Amino acid sequence: MVETVFEPWADPNADPLISFKNVTKRFGDFVAIDDLTLDIFEREFFALLGPSGCGKTTMMRMLAGFENPTSGSMSLSGHDIAGIPPNKRAVNMMFQSYALFPHLSVWENIAFGLRRDGVARDVLHARVEEMLKLTRLEKFGRRKPHQISGGQRQRVALARSLAKAPKLLLLDEPLGALDKKLRQETQFELMDIQEQTGTTFVIVTHDQEEAMTVASRVAVMDEGRIIQVATPEKIYEAPNSVYVADFIGDVNILTGPIKAVGADTYSLDFGGTEPMTAASDRTFAEGVTAHLAIRPEKIGIHAERPEGPNSVQGKVLDIAYLGNLSTYHVQLPNGQIIKAQTANTRRVSRRAFTWEDPVWVSWSATAGVLLDR
Amino acid sequence: MNRLSSFNVVSLTFGFAFLYLPMLILVIYSFNKSKLVTVWAGFSTKWYGELLNNEAFLDAAWVTLKVAVISSSIATVLGTMAAYTLVRGGRFFGRTLFSGMIYAPLVMPEVITGLSLLLLFIGVGMDRGVMTIVLAHTTFSMCFVSVVVSSRLATFDRSLEEAALDLGASPFQAFRLITLPIIAPAVVSGWLLAFTLSLDDLVIASFATGPSATTLPMKIWSSVRLGVSPEINALSSILIGLVASGVVIASLASKRNSVRLRFEERTAERL
Repeated sequence: MVETVFEPWADPNADPLISFKNVTKRFGDFVAIDDLTLDIFEREFFALLGPSGCGKTTMMRMLAGFENPTSGSMSLSGHDIAGIPPNKRAVNMMFQSYALFPHLSVWENIAFGLRRDGVARDVLHARVEEMLKLTRLEKFGRRKPHQISGGQRQRVALARSLAKAPKLLLLDEPLGALDKKLRQETQFELMDIQEQTGTTFVIVTHDQEEAMTVASRVAVMDEGRIIQVATPEKIYEAPNSVYVADFIGDVNILTGPIKAVGADTYSLDFGGTEPMTAASDRTFAEGVTAHLAIRPEKIGIHAERPEGPNSVQGKVLDIAYLGNLSTYHVQLPNGQIIKAQTANTRRVSRRAFTWEDPVWVSWSATAGVLLDR
Repeated sequence: MNRLSSFNVVSLTFGFAFLYLPMLILVIYSFNKSKLVTVWAGFSTKWYGELLNNEAFLDAAWVTLKVAVISSSIATVLGTMAAYTLVRGGRFFGRTLFSGMIYAPLVMPEVITGLSLLLLFIGVGMDRGVMTIVLAHTTFSMCFVSVVVSSRLATFDRSLEEAALDLGASPFQAFRLITLPIIAPAVVSGWLLAFTLSLDDLVIASFATGPSATTLPMKIWSSVRLGVSPEINALSSILIGLVASGVVIASLASKRNSVRLRFEERTAERL
């Protein structure tokens, strides 16, 4: 059986559900969104990721209709939506604070949107019950929001925003208020619900792990601009800039001038004892300064010098024990610290290296990504 | 619990004596048998009986009540609208000026408010009576309502309104179905404040009224000028009793509510 991969963004004929074209939003002198162009497709689980103040919340509020772009155009299913008030958009939002109506029961909270549309009584009943079932809240319909736990409140907020079967659901830091364990469970619940309902989800988060877990594509934002839009794998394995590589996960950056040493192979002199070799299918000019980004888990740590091109000697400065993994901070003779991560397949008492040990760190030519910015 | 030091005990005693001694004396003398207010002649409730037969007092009480209910209701509607616009209206030209101006009557001497209203009523040729007292009381009490309501609105989570809009409510529906029920306690306290202010106002009512309408404070004031009668003491004691029980009931109700809320929030996590 041939399984078709879900990637409408790769199909040039696919019509986007949402389309931003050269959208700029200013608040006074402050530019919140800077000339942004982006397409989001139907059934996508799209994550907007970035530090606070990067414009991700402004983008979401523009989609919901609480803000209007200063210039540029925004369309939903091909219709221009700029200027349409929030109550007339087929878009619903789950608020960061949940914004549950405190004086209404869980049932009435979920029914609120349907009542505004004048849905017939029996249809409304069926729909609310369906939503309660979807979010496993059947027992809590009569409770008020303050009479349920934080996790249940989060599910009420989700049920309420899904009740009207919107074309697009916006989630503003939906799991921010939950503790870590509950957050991880809820991430998978969100993905299940997204698949069951077939709704397009746009999630705003500053938690990169959350974005990587739930999203079909991630947009990394900084200062009102999108730096990279790609699948989680691409964002992690092939970041397009030092900013993205550094924002997602842990990374070692070696910087220095490069020169070509063969087809698609470059050597980078980062100021160590010998230059490093890195493969890249991008073309770099001779002698430009480039950055080599290597993830800690792609770096091996050895007692003896291993075979292969990229090996450097250093000494163990610190060991961060994370339970399943250990991260070794190895200081090179030029002062730079390289983080190497290994899985703890043995008990701690039997680990091979300890503080101040001289070690060799090494990686293959294809382990890192060569970046020009 | 900490024991109070002797300094605390003394300051507490003096403070409360200052506040409540005059009222206590008034209540005690309302049960005086003698017609002379300052001479104690034994216990009696006869002045309370006489009060019920005093047409003039009952009329004045009725006028006062009518004025207080109507003026505080109008003031609540206007004050709430003003507060909503000033807190929620976003930036508009002259907003700071308007917010400042709504508080001005709070510090304006009553005599000036009264006089200016009188001049206005004469200017537009309005017959002075119940109607003009209602207008005058609405004018000065709506700013109190607006202060109470706007302080509640300032702490109101804006995203609740946005959520209502997002779910398809019009801005008016969002206000009626979400904002108003949530700020209702503040609106009610605003109404109660306006009601109390109207109930005990003497100065502004005296300016705004005509021969046809006399409020209770005006009646008490004018009869005291002819000498204090024990009947007045009885009337005042009734008023004190009404106000005190109102305050006690209101604070008990709100205390009970907050205790219940806290209990339910605590147990919610475990259910």
